[in-house]
Amino acid sequence: MTVQSDSLEDAPLTSTPKIRPDQFPFWLVIIIAFLGGMAYLVFTGEEYRQAFDFIWGNFGTLEGFEAQGLEGIIGRGLTMTLYITLTGFFFASIIGLFVGLGRISRNLVLRTLATTYIEFIRGVPTVVLIFTLALVVVPAVATFFGVENSVSNVSRAIAALAIIYGAYMAEVFRAGIESVPRGQTEAARSLGMTSYQAMRNIILPQAIRNIMPALGNDFIAILKDSSLVTLLAVRDLTQQAKLYSGSSFRFRETYLVLTFLYLAMTITLSLILRWYENRIRIEER
Amino acid sequence: MSEPIIQIRDLHKYFGDIQAVKRVDLDISQGEVVVIVGPSGSGKSTVLRCINHLEVPTRGSIFIDGVHLEDKKTDINKVRAEVGMVFQQFNLFPHLTALENVTIAQRLVRRRDKAEADAIAMAQLTRVGIPEKADAYPRQLSGGQQQRVAIARSLAMRPKIMLFDEPTSALDPEMIKEVLDVMLDLAKDGMTMVVVTHEMGFARAAGDRMVFMDEGEVVEIATPEDLYSNPQSDRTKLFLSKILSH
Repeated sequence: MTVQSDSLEDAPLTSTPKIRPDQFPFWLVIIIAFLGGMAYLVFTGEEYRQAFDFIWGNFGTLEGFEAQGLEGIIGRGLTMTLYITLTGFFFASIIGLFVGLGRISRNLVLRTLATTYIEFIRGVPTVVLIFTLALVVVPAVATFFGVENSVSNVSRAIAALAIIYGAYMAEVFRAGIESVPRGQTEAARSLGMTSYQAMRNIILPQAIRNIMPALGNDFIAILKDSSLVTLLAVRDLTQQAKLYSGSSFRFRETYLVLTFLYLAMTITLSLILRWYENRIRIEER
Repeated sequence: MSEPIIQIRDLHKYFGDIQAVKRVDLDISQGEVVVIVGPSGSGKSTVLRCINHLEVPTRGSIFIDGVHLEDKKTDINKVRAEVGMVFQQFNLFPHLTALENVTIAQRLVRRRDKAEADAIAMAQLTRVGIPEKADAYPRQLSGGQQQRVAIARSLAMRPKIMLFDEPTSALDPEMIKEVLDVMLDLAKDGMTMVVVTHEMGFARAAGDRMVFMDEGEVVEIATPEDLYSNPQSDRTKLFLSKILSH
Protein backbone atom coordinates (compact mmCIF):
# COMPACT_ATOMS: atom_id res chain seq x y z
CA MET A 1 0.00 0.00 0.00
CA THR A 2 2.56 2.53 1.13
CA VAL A 3 4.84 1.65 -1.73
CA GLN A 4 2.06 2.23 -4.20
CA SER A 5 1.09 5.65 -2.92
CA ASP A 6 4.77 6.69 -2.83
CA SER A 7 5.29 5.81 -6.45
CA LEU A 8 2.16 7.69 -7.41
CA GLU A 9 3.37 10.80 -5.63
CA ASP A 10 6.71 10.62 -7.42
CA ALA A 11 5.12 10.45 -10.82
CA PRO A 12 5.28 13.96 -12.35
CA LEU A 13 1.84 13.88 -13.93
CA THR A 14 -0.69 16.63 -14.48
CA SER A 15 -0.92 17.94 -10.89
CA THR A 16 1.14 20.97 -9.88
CA PRO A 17 4.65 19.71 -9.21
CA LYS A 18 5.69 20.16 -5.59
CA ILE A 19 9.20 21.57 -5.24
CA ARG A 20 11.19 19.32 -2.93
CA PRO A 21 13.33 21.06 -0.26
CA ASP A 22 16.60 20.01 -1.94
CA GLN A 23 15.46 21.62 -5.19
CA PHE A 24 14.17 24.85 -3.72
CA PRO A 25 16.16 27.82 -5.09
CA PHE A 26 17.52 29.10 -1.76
CA TRP A 27 20.31 30.86 -3.67
CA LEU A 28 17.71 33.05 -5.33
CA VAL A 29 16.13 33.97 -2.00
CA ILE A 30 19.53 35.03 -0.65
CA ILE A 31 20.32 37.11 -3.73
CA ILE A 32 16.89 38.74 -3.71
CA ALA A 33 17.38 39.50 0.00
CA PHE A 34 20.68 41.22 -0.84
CA LEU A 35 19.07 43.20 -3.66
CA GLY A 36 16.13 44.12 -1.44
CA GLY A 37 18.44 45.22 1.36
CA MET A 38 20.46 47.38 -1.01
CA ALA A 39 17.30 48.93 -2.46
CA TYR A 40 16.21 49.73 1.12
CA LEU A 41 19.56 51.41 1.85
CA VAL A 42 19.38 53.45 -1.35
CA PHE A 43 15.89 54.64 -0.53
CA THR A 44 16.52 55.44 3.12
CA GLY A 45 20.25 56.14 3.58
CA GLU A 46 21.53 59.52 2.41
CA GLU A 47 25.08 58.30 1.60
CA TYR A 48 23.83 55.35 -0.43
CA ARG A 49 21.34 57.49 -2.29
CA GLN A 50 24.01 60.02 -3.28
CA ALA A 51 26.30 57.21 -4.51
CA PHE A 52 23.42 55.69 -6.42
CA ASP A 53 22.46 58.98 -8.05
CA PHE A 54 25.99 59.62 -9.22
CA ILE A 55 26.67 56.14 -10.57
CA TRP A 56 23.24 55.93 -12.16
CA GLY A 57 24.39 59.04 -13.96
CA ASN A 58 22.25 61.99 -13.09
CA PHE A 59 25.46 64.04 -12.93
CA GLY A 60 28.35 64.49 -15.29
CA THR A 61 28.45 64.66 -19.05
CA LEU A 62 29.09 62.12 -21.74
CA GLU A 63 31.60 62.83 -24.41
CA GLY A 64 30.91 61.62 -27.90
CA PHE A 65 27.57 60.12 -27.08
CA GLU A 66 24.39 62.08 -27.26
CA ALA A 67 21.69 60.11 -25.59
CA GLN A 68 18.60 62.20 -25.56
CA GLY A 69 15.23 60.80 -24.56
CA LEU A 70 16.38 57.70 -22.71
CA GLU A 71 18.96 59.18 -20.38
CA GLY A 72 16.44 61.48 -18.74
CA ILE A 73 14.66 58.41 -17.42
CA ILE A 74 17.35 55.85 -16.69
CA GLY A 75 20.43 58.01 -16.17
CA ARG A 76 23.59 58.49 -18.19
CA GLY A 77 25.76 55.87 -16.53
CA LEU A 78 23.22 53.14 -17.06
CA THR A 79 22.39 54.41 -20.56
CA MET A 80 26.06 54.15 -21.50
CA THR A 81 26.40 50.63 -20.10
CA LEU A 82 23.26 49.44 -21.88
CA TYR A 83 24.21 51.20 -25.12
CA ILE A 84 27.65 49.59 -25.17
CA THR A 85 26.24 46.19 -24.25
CA LEU A 86 23.48 46.21 -26.87
CA THR A 87 25.57 47.54 -29.75
CA GLY A 88 28.53 45.38 -28.72
CA PHE A 89 26.30 42.29 -28.65
CA PHE A 90 24.73 43.22 -31.98
CA PHE A 91 28.07 43.53 -33.80
CA ALA A 92 29.54 40.54 -31.97
CA SER A 93 26.58 38.45 -33.20
CA ILE A 94 27.19 39.50 -36.79
CA ILE A 95 30.92 38.78 -36.50
CA GLY A 96 30.15 35.51 -34.70
CA LEU A 97 27.73 34.36 -37.38
CA PHE A 98 30.11 34.98 -40.27
CA VAL A 99 33.22 33.71 -38.51
CA GLY A 100 31.23 30.66 -37.35
CA LEU A 101 30.28 30.00 -40.98
CA GLY A 102 33.93 30.51 -41.92
CA ARG A 103 34.96 27.89 -39.37
CA ILE A 104 32.93 25.20 -41.12
CA SER A 105 33.54 26.45 -44.64
CA ARG A 106 35.02 24.06 -47.17
CA ASN A 107 37.28 26.90 -48.33
CA LEU A 108 40.68 26.48 -46.65
CA VAL A 109 41.46 30.21 -46.71
CA LEU A 110 38.20 31.18 -44.99
CA ARG A 111 38.58 28.37 -42.48
CA THR A 112 42.15 29.38 -41.68
CA LEU A 113 41.23 33.05 -41.26
CA ALA A 114 38.34 32.20 -38.94
CA THR A 115 40.34 29.75 -36.83
CA THR A 116 43.30 32.13 -36.53
CA TYR A 117 41.05 34.96 -35.36
CA ILE A 118 39.30 32.79 -32.76
CA GLU A 119 42.48 31.25 -31.38
CA PHE A 120 44.18 34.65 -31.29
CA ILE A 121 41.40 36.25 -29.26
CA ARG A 122 41.04 33.28 -26.94
CA GLY A 123 44.74 33.30 -26.17
CA VAL A 124 44.95 36.88 -24.89
CA PRO A 125 43.43 38.27 -21.65
CA THR A 126 40.34 40.42 -22.18
CA VAL A 127 41.85 43.47 -20.47
CA VAL A 128 44.93 43.29 -22.68
CA LEU A 129 42.72 42.96 -25.75
CA ILE A 130 40.65 45.99 -24.76
CA PHE A 131 43.81 48.12 -24.74
CA THR A 132 45.32 46.58 -27.85
CA LEU A 133 42.15 46.76 -29.91
CA ALA A 134 41.03 50.21 -28.80
CA LEU A 135 44.44 51.89 -28.76
CA VAL A 136 46.31 50.07 -31.55
CA VAL A 137 44.06 48.14 -33.93
CA VAL A 138 41.09 50.50 -34.21
CA PRO A 139 43.29 53.63 -34.72
CA ALA A 140 45.29 51.76 -37.37
CA VAL A 141 42.13 50.81 -39.23
CA ALA A 142 40.73 54.33 -38.81
CA THR A 143 43.95 55.84 -40.20
CA PHE A 144 43.76 53.47 -43.13
CA PHE A 145 40.30 54.80 -43.96
CA GLY A 146 41.33 58.38 -43.20
CA VAL A 147 38.89 58.94 -40.32
CA GLU A 148 41.40 58.80 -37.47
CA ASN A 149 40.11 61.71 -35.46
CA SER A 150 36.43 60.94 -35.68
CA VAL A 151 36.53 57.65 -33.78
CA SER A 152 35.32 58.29 -30.24
CA ASN A 153 36.31 56.32 -27.18
CA VAL A 154 32.83 54.88 -27.03
CA SER A 155 33.12 53.55 -30.59
CA ARG A 156 36.54 52.08 -29.80
CA ALA A 157 35.11 50.40 -26.74
CA ILE A 158 32.21 48.92 -28.72
CA ALA A 159 34.55 47.76 -31.48
CA ALA A 160 36.85 46.11 -28.93
CA LEU A 161 33.98 44.28 -27.19
CA ALA A 162 32.47 43.20 -30.53
CA ILE A 163 35.80 41.84 -31.78
CA ILE A 164 36.46 39.97 -28.51
CA TYR A 165 32.98 38.49 -28.17
CA GLY A 166 32.71 37.87 -31.91
CA ALA A 167 35.35 35.17 -31.42
CA TYR A 168 33.51 33.51 -28.55
CA MET A 169 30.16 33.73 -30.30
CA ALA A 170 31.63 32.29 -33.50
CA GLU A 171 32.14 29.03 -31.63
CA VAL A 172 28.54 29.18 -30.39
CA PHE A 173 27.22 29.68 -33.92
CA ARG A 174 29.46 26.92 -35.26
CA ALA A 175 28.20 24.49 -32.62
CA GLY A 176 24.61 25.56 -33.33
CA ILE A 177 24.95 24.95 -37.06
CA GLU A 178 26.62 21.60 -36.45
CA SER A 179 23.81 20.61 -34.08
CA VAL A 180 21.35 20.54 -36.99
CA PRO A 181 21.31 17.01 -38.46
CA ARG A 182 22.92 16.47 -41.87
CA GLY A 183 19.62 15.15 -43.22
CA GLN A 184 18.19 18.68 -43.03
CA THR A 185 20.76 20.02 -45.48
CA GLU A 186 20.31 16.98 -47.70
CA ALA A 187 16.53 17.38 -47.78
CA ALA A 188 16.82 21.09 -48.58
CA ARG A 189 19.44 20.56 -51.29
CA SER A 190 17.55 17.64 -52.82
CA LEU A 191 14.60 20.00 -53.33
CA GLY A 192 16.85 22.21 -55.44
CA MET A 193 17.69 24.88 -52.86
CA THR A 194 21.09 26.50 -53.20
CA SER A 195 23.47 26.11 -50.27
CA TYR A 196 22.72 29.72 -49.32
CA GLN A 197 18.95 29.15 -49.39
CA ALA A 198 19.31 25.98 -47.33
CA MET A 199 21.51 27.72 -44.75
CA ARG A 200 19.30 30.80 -44.53
CA ASN A 201 15.87 29.12 -44.47
CA ILE A 202 16.45 25.65 -43.04
CA ILE A 203 19.67 25.41 -41.03
CA LEU A 204 20.06 28.81 -39.36
CA PRO A 205 16.51 29.07 -37.95
CA GLN A 206 17.00 25.72 -36.23
CA ALA A 207 20.58 26.53 -35.20
CA ILE A 208 19.64 29.86 -33.63
CA ARG A 209 16.79 28.26 -31.72
CA ASN A 210 19.23 25.68 -30.36
CA ILE A 211 21.76 28.30 -29.26
CA MET A 212 19.37 30.86 -27.75
CA PRO A 213 20.46 29.97 -24.18
CA ALA A 214 24.13 30.24 -25.13
CA LEU A 215 23.53 33.58 -26.86
CA GLY A 216 21.73 34.81 -23.74
CA ASN A 217 24.70 33.82 -21.62
CA ASP A 218 27.00 35.73 -23.95
CA PHE A 219 24.76 38.77 -23.63
CA ILE A 220 25.10 38.61 -19.84
CA ALA A 221 28.86 38.17 -20.21
CA ILE A 222 29.09 41.26 -22.44
CA LEU A 223 27.00 43.23 -19.96
CA LYS A 224 29.51 42.34 -17.24
CA ASP A 225 32.59 42.87 -19.37
CA SER A 226 31.27 46.22 -20.60
CA SER A 227 32.59 47.43 -17.23
CA LEU A 228 36.09 47.03 -18.72
CA VAL A 229 35.50 50.00 -21.02
CA THR A 230 36.06 52.10 -17.93
CA LEU A 231 39.75 51.55 -18.82
CA LEU A 232 39.15 53.74 -21.87
CA ALA A 233 37.61 56.50 -19.74
CA VAL A 234 34.15 55.81 -21.13
CA ARG A 235 31.59 56.96 -18.57
CA ASP A 236 29.65 53.79 -17.99
CA LEU A 237 28.36 52.64 -14.59
CA THR A 238 31.78 51.47 -13.44
CA GLN A 239 33.53 54.67 -14.51
CA GLN A 240 30.89 56.72 -12.69
CA ALA A 241 31.56 54.65 -9.58
CA LYS A 242 35.31 55.18 -9.87
CA LEU A 243 34.84 58.93 -10.22
CA TYR A 244 32.47 59.09 -7.27
CA SER A 245 34.55 56.97 -4.90
CA GLY A 246 37.63 58.93 -5.95
CA SER A 247 36.13 62.23 -4.96
CA SER A 248 33.96 61.21 -2.00
CA PHE A 249 36.08 58.39 -0.52
CA ARG A 250 32.86 56.50 0.20
CA PHE A 251 34.18 53.22 -1.17
CA ARG A 252 31.77 51.00 0.72
CA GLU A 253 28.63 52.79 -0.48
CA THR A 254 29.94 53.21 -4.03
CA TYR A 255 30.95 49.65 -4.72
CA LEU A 256 28.03 48.04 -2.92
CA VAL A 257 25.67 50.13 -5.07
CA LEU A 258 27.64 49.25 -8.20
CA THR A 259 27.50 45.55 -7.32
CA PHE A 260 23.77 45.90 -6.67
CA LEU A 261 23.17 47.48 -10.08
CA TYR A 262 25.04 44.82 -12.07
CA LEU A 263 23.61 41.94 -10.07
CA ALA A 264 20.04 43.23 -10.43
CA MET A 265 20.48 43.27 -14.22
CA THR A 266 22.27 39.94 -14.63
CA ILE A 267 19.96 38.04 -12.28
CA THR A 268 16.90 39.39 -14.06
CA LEU A 269 18.33 38.37 -17.42
CA SER A 270 19.34 34.93 -16.25
CA LEU A 271 15.89 34.30 -14.78
CA ILE A 272 14.30 35.27 -18.09
CA LEU A 273 16.71 32.87 -19.80
CA ARG A 274 15.83 29.99 -17.47
CA TRP A 275 12.15 30.63 -18.05
CA TYR A 276 12.68 30.59 -21.82
CA GLU A 277 14.69 27.35 -21.71
CA ASN A 278 11.98 25.69 -19.64
CA ARG A 279 9.29 26.79 -22.05
CA ILE A 280 11.22 25.38 -25.01
CA ARG A 281 11.73 22.09 -23.17
CA ILE A 282 8.02 21.78 -22.46
CA GLU A 283 7.12 22.73 -26.02
CA GLU A 284 9.39 20.09 -27.49
CA ARG A 285 8.04 17.29 -25.34
CA MET B 1 12.12 4.22 -78.09
CA SER B 2 13.09 7.55 -76.56
CA GLU B 3 16.29 8.14 -74.66
CA PRO B 4 16.28 6.80 -71.09
CA ILE B 5 15.52 9.53 -68.50
CA ILE B 6 18.27 8.21 -66.20
CA GLN B 7 21.51 6.86 -67.57
CA ILE B 8 24.17 5.56 -65.21
CA ARG B 9 27.50 4.80 -66.86
CA ASP B 10 30.41 2.98 -65.23
CA LEU B 11 29.61 4.38 -61.76
CA HIS B 12 32.24 3.92 -59.05
CA LYS B 13 32.19 5.38 -55.56
CA TYR B 14 34.84 5.13 -52.88
CA PHE B 15 34.52 6.27 -49.27
CA GLY B 16 38.17 6.53 -48.34
CA ASP B 17 39.60 3.10 -49.16
CA ILE B 18 36.24 1.38 -49.13
CA GLN B 19 34.64 0.85 -52.50
CA ALA B 20 30.90 1.29 -52.03
CA VAL B 21 29.87 1.07 -55.67
CA LYS B 22 31.62 -0.85 -58.47
CA ARG B 23 31.03 -0.49 -62.21
CA VAL B 24 27.29 0.15 -62.14
CA ASP B 25 25.56 0.64 -65.50
CA LEU B 26 21.84 1.22 -65.52
CA ASP B 27 19.29 2.85 -67.83
CA ILE B 28 15.85 3.80 -66.59
CA SER B 29 13.07 4.86 -68.93
CA GLN B 30 10.36 7.43 -68.42
CA GLY B 31 7.53 6.02 -66.30
CA GLU B 32 9.49 2.99 -65.16
CA VAL B 33 9.51 1.81 -61.54
CA VAL B 34 12.84 0.27 -60.62
CA VAL B 35 13.29 -1.38 -57.24
CA ILE B 36 16.82 -1.85 -55.94
CA VAL B 37 17.31 -4.60 -53.38
CA GLY B 38 20.32 -6.13 -51.70
CA PRO B 39 21.90 -6.76 -48.32
CA SER B 40 22.85 -3.74 -46.24
CA GLY B 41 26.13 -2.21 -47.31
CA SER B 42 25.62 -3.38 -50.88
CA GLY B 43 25.82 0.19 -52.22
CA LYS B 44 22.16 0.56 -53.22
CA SER B 45 21.57 3.75 -51.25
CA THR B 46 24.82 5.19 -52.58
CA VAL B 47 23.69 4.64 -56.17
CA LEU B 48 20.40 6.39 -55.35
CA ARG B 49 22.20 9.32 -53.72
CA CYS B 50 24.45 9.68 -56.76
CA ILE B 51 21.37 10.11 -58.97
CA ASN B 52 20.66 13.51 -57.38
CA HIS B 53 24.30 14.24 -56.69
CA LEU B 54 24.09 14.05 -52.87
CA GLU B 55 27.10 11.81 -53.37
CA VAL B 56 29.65 12.71 -56.01
CA PRO B 57 30.80 9.66 -57.99
CA THR B 58 34.49 8.84 -57.82
CA ARG B 59 34.32 7.73 -61.44
CA GLY B 60 31.67 7.47 -64.13
CA SER B 61 28.77 9.56 -65.33
CA ILE B 62 25.10 10.02 -64.68
CA PHE B 63 22.75 11.69 -67.14
CA ILE B 64 19.32 12.92 -66.09
CA ASP B 65 17.15 13.79 -69.05
CA GLY B 66 20.33 14.11 -71.08
CA VAL B 67 22.01 16.47 -68.56
CA HIS B 68 25.43 15.31 -67.39
CA LEU B 69 25.52 15.70 -63.58
CA GLU B 70 29.28 15.54 -63.20
CA ASP B 71 29.81 18.32 -65.73
CA LYS B 72 31.06 21.42 -63.88
CA LYS B 73 28.80 23.63 -65.99
CA THR B 74 25.64 21.79 -64.95
CA ASP B 75 23.40 23.72 -62.55
CA ILE B 76 22.82 20.90 -60.09
CA ASN B 77 20.01 22.77 -58.30
CA LYS B 78 18.00 22.86 -61.51
CA VAL B 79 18.37 19.11 -61.93
CA ARG B 80 17.53 18.40 -58.29
CA ALA B 81 14.30 20.37 -58.57
CA GLU B 82 13.22 17.76 -61.13
CA VAL B 83 14.31 14.81 -58.98
CA GLY B 84 12.34 14.31 -55.76
CA MET B 85 13.92 12.40 -52.91
CA VAL B 86 12.29 10.69 -49.95
CA PHE B 87 14.54 9.69 -47.04
CA GLN B 88 14.45 6.90 -44.51
CA GLN B 89 14.40 9.44 -41.66
CA PHE B 90 11.80 11.70 -43.39
CA ASN B 91 13.96 14.80 -42.78
CA LEU B 92 11.01 17.14 -42.49
CA PHE B 93 11.93 20.67 -41.43
CA PRO B 94 10.93 20.69 -37.74
CA HIS B 95 10.57 24.47 -37.45
CA LEU B 96 7.92 24.59 -40.20
CA THR B 97 4.35 23.30 -40.33
CA ALA B 98 3.40 20.50 -42.71
CA LEU B 99 2.03 23.07 -45.16
CA GLU B 100 5.17 25.23 -44.93
CA ASN B 101 7.32 22.13 -45.43
CA VAL B 102 5.52 21.59 -48.72
CA THR B 103 5.57 25.24 -49.83
CA ILE B 104 9.06 26.46 -48.93
CA ALA B 105 10.95 24.94 -51.86
CA GLN B 106 8.16 25.88 -54.24
CA ARG B 107 8.55 29.50 -53.14
CA LEU B 108 12.34 29.56 -53.16
CA VAL B 109 13.17 27.29 -56.07
CA ARG B 110 10.11 27.38 -58.32
CA ARG B 111 9.43 31.05 -57.46
CA ARG B 112 5.70 30.44 -57.10
CA ASP B 113 3.70 33.04 -55.20
CA LYS B 114 2.16 32.18 -51.85
CA ALA B 115 -1.37 31.54 -53.12
CA GLU B 116 -0.22 29.19 -55.86
CA ALA B 117 2.24 27.36 -53.60
CA ASP B 118 -0.41 26.94 -50.91
CA ALA B 119 -2.93 25.59 -53.40
CA ILE B 120 -0.46 23.07 -54.81
CA ALA B 121 0.63 22.09 -51.30
CA MET B 122 -2.95 21.48 -50.17
CA ALA B 123 -3.60 19.42 -53.30
CA GLN B 124 -0.55 17.26 -52.55
CA LEU B 125 -1.40 16.89 -48.87
CA THR B 126 -4.87 15.78 -49.96
CA ARG B 127 -3.33 13.32 -52.37
CA VAL B 128 -1.29 11.71 -49.58
CA GLY B 129 -4.40 11.69 -47.39
CA ILE B 130 -3.64 14.22 -44.63
CA PRO B 131 -4.99 17.65 -45.63
CA GLU B 132 -6.26 18.10 -42.05
CA LYS B 133 -2.66 18.08 -40.76
CA ALA B 134 -1.57 21.12 -42.80
CA ASP B 135 -1.00 23.28 -39.74
CA ALA B 136 0.62 20.61 -37.58
CA TYR B 137 4.34 20.62 -36.85
CA PRO B 138 6.34 17.47 -37.69
CA ARG B 139 6.74 16.53 -34.01
CA GLN B 140 2.93 16.38 -33.72
CA LEU B 141 2.70 13.80 -36.54
CA SER B 142 3.21 10.04 -36.53
CA GLY B 143 6.06 8.56 -38.53
CA GLY B 144 3.73 7.49 -41.32
CA GLN B 145 2.18 10.94 -41.51
CA GLN B 146 5.62 12.58 -41.54
CA GLN B 147 6.74 10.39 -44.40
CA ARG B 148 3.60 11.22 -46.35
CA VAL B 149 4.25 14.96 -45.84
CA ALA B 150 7.79 14.33 -47.08
CA ILE B 151 6.40 12.70 -50.22
CA ALA B 152 3.98 15.62 -50.72
CA ARG B 153 6.90 18.02 -50.28
CA SER B 154 8.76 16.38 -53.15
CA LEU B 155 5.69 16.00 -55.37
CA ALA B 156 4.81 19.69 -55.01
CA MET B 157 7.91 20.46 -57.04
CA ARG B 158 6.29 18.51 -59.93
CA PRO B 159 9.39 16.35 -60.38
CA LYS B 160 10.02 14.05 -63.32
CA ILE B 161 11.66 11.41 -61.14
CA MET B 162 11.12 10.29 -57.55
CA LEU B 163 13.82 8.56 -55.53
CA PHE B 164 12.92 6.62 -52.39
CA ASP B 165 15.68 5.64 -49.96
CA GLU B 166 14.23 2.92 -47.70
CA PRO B 167 11.09 5.03 -47.11
CA THR B 168 9.44 2.56 -44.73
CA SER B 169 12.45 1.24 -42.80
CA ALA B 170 12.06 3.71 -39.92
CA LEU B 171 8.30 3.16 -39.57
CA ASP B 172 6.30 1.08 -37.14
CA PRO B 173 4.70 -1.88 -38.95
CA GLU B 174 1.17 -0.46 -38.79
CA MET B 175 2.26 2.68 -40.65
CA ILE B 176 4.11 1.01 -43.49
CA LYS B 177 0.98 0.35 -45.50
CA GLU B 178 -0.21 3.97 -45.59
CA VAL B 179 3.11 5.04 -47.09
CA LEU B 180 3.27 2.13 -49.55
CA ASP B 181 -0.29 2.90 -50.70
CA VAL B 182 0.77 6.44 -51.60
CA MET B 183 3.76 5.06 -53.50
CA LEU B 184 1.63 2.49 -55.35
CA ASP B 185 -0.73 5.28 -56.43
CA LEU B 186 2.18 7.29 -57.67
CA ALA B 187 3.50 4.34 -59.68
CA LYS B 188 0.07 3.84 -61.22
CA ASP B 189 0.05 7.49 -62.30
CA GLY B 190 3.16 6.85 -64.36
CA MET B 191 5.82 8.50 -62.18
CA THR B 192 9.38 7.41 -62.87
CA MET B 193 10.53 5.89 -59.58
CA VAL B 194 13.72 4.42 -58.22
CA VAL B 195 13.06 2.72 -54.90
CA VAL B 196 15.49 1.18 -52.44
CA THR B 197 13.39 -0.98 -50.16
CA HIS B 198 13.04 -4.29 -48.39
CA GLU B 199 9.30 -4.37 -49.09
CA MET B 200 9.00 -7.31 -51.45
CA GLY B 201 5.23 -6.90 -51.67
CA PHE B 202 5.67 -3.42 -53.08
CA ALA B 203 8.33 -4.60 -55.50
CA ARG B 204 6.04 -7.29 -56.82
CA ALA B 205 3.02 -5.00 -57.10
CA ALA B 206 4.62 -1.90 -58.61
CA GLY B 207 8.10 -2.79 -59.84
CA ASP B 208 8.78 -3.02 -63.58
CA ARG B 209 12.32 -4.20 -62.95
CA MET B 210 14.31 -5.23 -59.94
CA VAL B 211 17.99 -4.65 -59.52
CA PHE B 212 19.82 -6.92 -57.12
CA MET B 213 23.05 -5.45 -55.75
CA ASP B 214 25.72 -7.06 -53.62
CA GLU B 215 29.12 -5.72 -52.52
CA GLY B 216 28.73 -2.62 -54.66
CA GLU B 217 27.96 -4.45 -57.88
CA VAL B 218 24.79 -5.03 -59.84
CA VAL B 219 24.44 -8.81 -59.75
CA GLU B 220 21.19 -9.26 -61.57
CA ILE B 221 18.44 -7.24 -63.24
CA ALA B 222 15.06 -8.84 -63.94
CA THR B 223 11.33 -8.39 -63.62
CA PRO B 224 10.10 -9.07 -60.08
CA GLU B 225 8.45 -12.31 -61.25
CA ASP B 226 11.61 -13.63 -62.85
CA LEU B 227 13.82 -12.56 -59.99
CA TYR B 228 11.69 -14.35 -57.42
CA SER B 229 10.86 -17.47 -59.40
CA ASN B 230 14.02 -17.91 -61.38
CA PRO B 231 17.06 -16.14 -59.92
CA GLN B 232 20.15 -16.64 -62.04
CA SER B 233 23.01 -16.02 -59.66
CA ASP B 234 23.86 -17.88 -56.47
CA ARG B 235 24.19 -14.60 -54.58
CA THR B 236 20.64 -13.62 -55.55
CA LYS B 237 19.36 -17.06 -54.51
CA LEU B 238 21.08 -16.79 -51.16
CA PHE B 239 19.70 -13.30 -50.51
CA LEU B 240 16.15 -14.27 -51.52
CA SER B 241 16.24 -17.41 -49.42
CA LYS B 242 17.13 -15.27 -46.41
CA ILE B 243 14.41 -12.67 -46.82
CA LEU B 244 11.65 -14.92 -48.14
CA SER B 245 12.13 -17.82 -45.73
CA HIS B 246 9.37 -16.73 -43.34
